Amino acid sequence: MDIAFKIVCFIVLPLVSLGVLFSFLRFVKGPTAADRVVALDTMSIIITASLVLLGALFERFIYVDVALIYGVLGFIGVIVIARYIEGAL
Amino acid sequence: MEAVKYIGLGFMVLGAIFLFLGALGIYRMPDVYNRLQAGTKSSTLGAMSLILGVGLYQLYGADGSLQWNWMVKSIIIIVFIAIANPLSSHAIGRAAYKSGLVPFLKKKMDAYEEVSNKEEGEVE
Repeated sequence: MDIAFKIVCFIVLPLVSLGVLFSFLRFVKGPTAADRVVALDTMSIIITASLVLLGALFERFIYVDVALIYGVLGFIGVIVIARYIEGAL
Repeated sequence: MEAVKYIGLGFMVLGAIFLFLGALGIYRMPDVYNRLQAGTKSSTLGAMSLILGVGLYQLYGADGSLQWNWMVKSIIIIVFIAIANPLSSHAIGRAAYKSGLVPFLKKKMDAYEEVSNKEEGEVE
């Protein structure tokens, strides 16, 4: 691992952590259920992207598979909760 | 091949900035529909850019040989995000409208209301 990738990780990981933090604050505060689902969707996407970056950082290829499965499960969960809010479930 | 690595690092920084701005929009916007618009679009672009950056960074090995396994799985995840994230955004927006949430500003025109009323009239 070269030094440029370490510098980029020092830039990228705090930004991603702040993104998860803001989404979690909206998840706690949100006045309606739809706000919480939007925050959950954004959190799931951010964690999917950062798991791939952590796989490159730790040099573990299996993290990419974990990110793919996490994205699929987050998508299914969001669709189910949205159908429940709509009243069709 | 060094140039491909630096292009990948640039994509990573760009994606992280877009992810941060999307989450900031989630926190700052006043309404469900504004939060959807701010959060989902920019987080889609940010996640696709960050994952493409990692795939480009890992494209060449330490000895200069091509390694396709990272790039192929990165493209699979990018295609999945490009299909799934607008779908879930649409589902949340439709659910918020059907559950009776009004937009933040006073609405002057509501095209979806007319369309949905006409559809329900035809069905019934």
